[in-house]
Amino acid sequence: MISLFFHRLLQGGLVLLALFTLTFFLCRLLPGGPYQSEKAIPEHVKQKMMEQDGYHLPVHQQYMRRLSGVARGDLGLSIRLSGRPVNDVIAQSFPVSFQLGVVAMILAIGIGVPAGVISAWKKNTAIDVMVMAVAMIGLCLPSFVIGPILAETMGRSWQWFPVMGWDEVDPSTWVLPMVTLGLVYAAYLARLTRAGMLDTLSQDFVRTAHAKGVPMHRILIKHCLRGGLVPAAAYIGPAFAGIISGSLVIESVFQVPGLGRHFVKAIETNDVNMIMGIALLYGGLVVLGNIISDLLILWLNPRARSQSS
Amino acid sequence: MLGSSMILVRYMGIAILSLLILACQKETQVERGNREKILIVGNGGDPKSLDQHLVTGVIESKVIGTLFEGLVGDDAQSDTAMPPGAAERWEHNADYTQWTFFLRKGALWSDGAPVTAEDFAFAYHRMLHPDMAAPYVEMLYFIKNAEAYNRGELTDFSQVGVKVIDPFTLQINLREPVPYLPGVTRHYTWFPVPKHVILRHGKMQQRFTAWCEPGNIVGNGAFVLEKWKLNDHILVKKNPRYWNAQEVKIEGVKFLPIENFYTETRAFLAGQLHTTYQIPPDLVEKIGREYPQYLRKEPYVGTRFMRFNTTRPGLDQAKVRQALSLAFDRDELCATVMQGFEACTSYTPKMGDYSPAPVLHFDPAKARQLLAEAGYPGGKGFPRYAILMGSGGTRSTVEAIQAMWKKHLNILVDVRMMDQASYIEAQQKLDFDMALAGWIGDYLDPTTFLMMWTKGNGNNNTGWSSKAYESLLQKAAHQADPRVRLQVFEQAEKLLMDEMPILPFAWQARNYLHHPSAQGWHPLLLDNHPFSQVHFEPTPTPR
Repeated sequence: MISLFFHRLLQGGLVLLALFTLTFFLCRLLPGGPYQSEKAIPEHVKQKMMEQDGYHLPVHQQYMRRLSGVARGDLGLSIRLSGRPVNDVIAQSFPVSFQLGVVAMILAIGIGVPAGVISAWKKNTAIDVMVMAVAMIGLCLPSFVIGPILAETMGRSWQWFPVMGWDEVDPSTWVLPMVTLGLVYAAYLARLTRAGMLDTLSQDFVRTAHAKGVPMHRILIKHCLRGGLVPAAAYIGPAFAGIISGSLVIESVFQVPGLGRHFVKAIETNDVNMIMGIALLYGGLVVLGNIISDLLILWLNPRARSQSS
Repeated sequence: MLGSSMILVRYMGIAILSLLILACQKETQVERGNREKILIVGNGGDPKSLDQHLVTGVIESKVIGTLFEGLVGDDAQSDTAMPPGAAERWEHNADYTQWTFFLRKGALWSDGAPVTAEDFAFAYHRMLHPDMAAPYVEMLYFIKNAEAYNRGELTDFSQVGVKVIDPFTLQINLREPVPYLPGVTRHYTWFPVPKHVILRHGKMQQRFTAWCEPGNIVGNGAFVLEKWKLNDHILVKKNPRYWNAQEVKIEGVKFLPIENFYTETRAFLAGQLHTTYQIPPDLVEKIGREYPQYLRKEPYVGTRFMRFNTTRPGLDQAKVRQALSLAFDRDELCATVMQGFEACTSYTPKMGDYSPAPVLHFDPAKARQLLAEAGYPGGKGFPRYAILMGSGGTRSTVEAIQAMWKKHLNILVDVRMMDQASYIEAQQKLDFDMALAGWIGDYLDPTTFLMMWTKGNGNNNTGWSSKAYESLLQKAAHQADPRVRLQVFEQAEKLLMDEMPILPFAWQARNYLHHPSAQGWHPLLLDNHPFSQVHFEPTPTPR
């Protein structure tokens, strides 16, 4: 298991290097450049800006400069934010995205997994159809539809929760973004858990347990849940990486000061260092999420453990 | 196991109930703001920086305007009133080329250091220094030799027209008569910077230092920076050292960087802010019907227009451009998709004493005649042009234009959408046919609108220039009589609209929501509301 962990870690490092290189050169292919302004900047001023930011150097030199910067943990300065360090932007915004992602994921697991288990247990009954129909609606309704509906009803009309804003210590500000973000993942998890549970429920050992008179809730929770969660566990890792790295729609609808908006703005304005910094963070999280997922599957599934060893 | 699940469910139920109880707030943010005397303002986004030498935007100007004060102050009720600011009084020579500002003695920076003429001279020196690469540096080019120094053609700053006569007297020499200079100095590019603080954090011309970070920044305005949480809020608190602090009736301003105007409108209606930045155009009518007490529709010194690439075959004919303009029903556009905007009758909006005669009309018959004269009778053979728009443009506007030209001229145009950076670059490279654009004035004088159409100006991007037009602008520039000067500008404007390298279609407007509890807030063309002159009156919160 430990050797697998280090193997995956090494693979992750190579993936990040490839991501860095690819993103760097793709950014250079983007039209426009980072020094565009609605009100034209005089050409001589623009030239000076490029010199100051090292943007005038040959591309390979810029690449090496950036690579050595990243190796030192310095992601450079944001051009769009007039020289604000990218590290500083990430340090301020990532904790918000992380906090939102964690609470949304807890909600998603809290709703999705039990819904999937119940649905599998009551397979082909009205309950199953209802739960899966709700999950399907959850999957089909994008967050830019759910978000404003929740904000308009629970926020503005009923005044239960603030319609926008984020306060780390005031849970009432978390509710609407958390629900909007979490529901979509809950729907996915419900369907994956149902599929995993149905597969496990059809195994021989379940039939044996039934024959021995083991109560259904015990079969479900003690005998089937671990095996039934494997597909969901494979999904949770990468999904968690995605959910904590910021969502533009949620951040925009609820004015959450997370990382997603910086990423999109950086791409719009060709803010190379910001794009690279956030892409690397996102890539790192995906790598980490996958490693955690792999380890979780090994823990849940003894067969996978024996195969890996 | 089931028992523990039940306990879990019970705890979750209790948590949700507590959350709901917590959430049912008794007091809205606006009510709290009124009680604490904090004005909550939607600012449309986060500033890129608070260093006035590094930014160009309106969003930045709102915050910087609370922290710093220029030579001339802002009036809450009038755009043209020029109350004293950092300068108590000023005088000029006969032809408006030399201005002397007498600074207020006893005015202090927020750290207690005196505000002197040297701080102003230092600010102009810093902004003009070539290494500073200040993007808005052209705002200082009014000063004699400023442009040459900025371009590196002059290296001795003493030759630039900024002179410190004594610690409280600043003399500015200009390259041409500028009778409206007091108004220009209200722009943040003309504000002072604290020399002692900047030099503490680096060299004068060093671009990115920590001098304007919370905890370091020192200003001479009515407020001081208390907190800046990225993309969340900026809080400025009353500056007790401000020279006019006893007249400041509020304790602070909280700026919310809300970019989604639907979210902002919803938040306003839920009592989360006093003033929004903007209402989405499609909500103007509904809000006007349901919440007329909060809706503000005010003129704003800006114009929406379409750039023509006059180097394109077809569009190189003034008759074609005129035809497209005459077939443009501006009233209909502003009544339908651009609600709240005003159909324009000239390019430059009315401002102060300048009120250009109407030169833009809707006349489809004449439009068809001109198009036929240009070689496209009934629209036959007319090239299939595309209207370029960036991510900030509104698709419904372009669709309305497409429909108008199809209906009145029987011509088809396409839409070409691009991200903002590519959209700007395409215009600079003249890689477009027509492009939606807009311009907001920096100060109240026609030059802020008319100068951009001169040859080589970075904002022209039409391929058009005219010696006659430029000589009119030159004539106006050297005209000391303000009345005659404006008449010359009107002639230039007429020439511009005859040639029609741009098709103006709407004067900008500010459509926003304002809570009546925040008093002392009046319509202003430049939208530079002095927050220091706001006061609160309790009124019910919108529900």
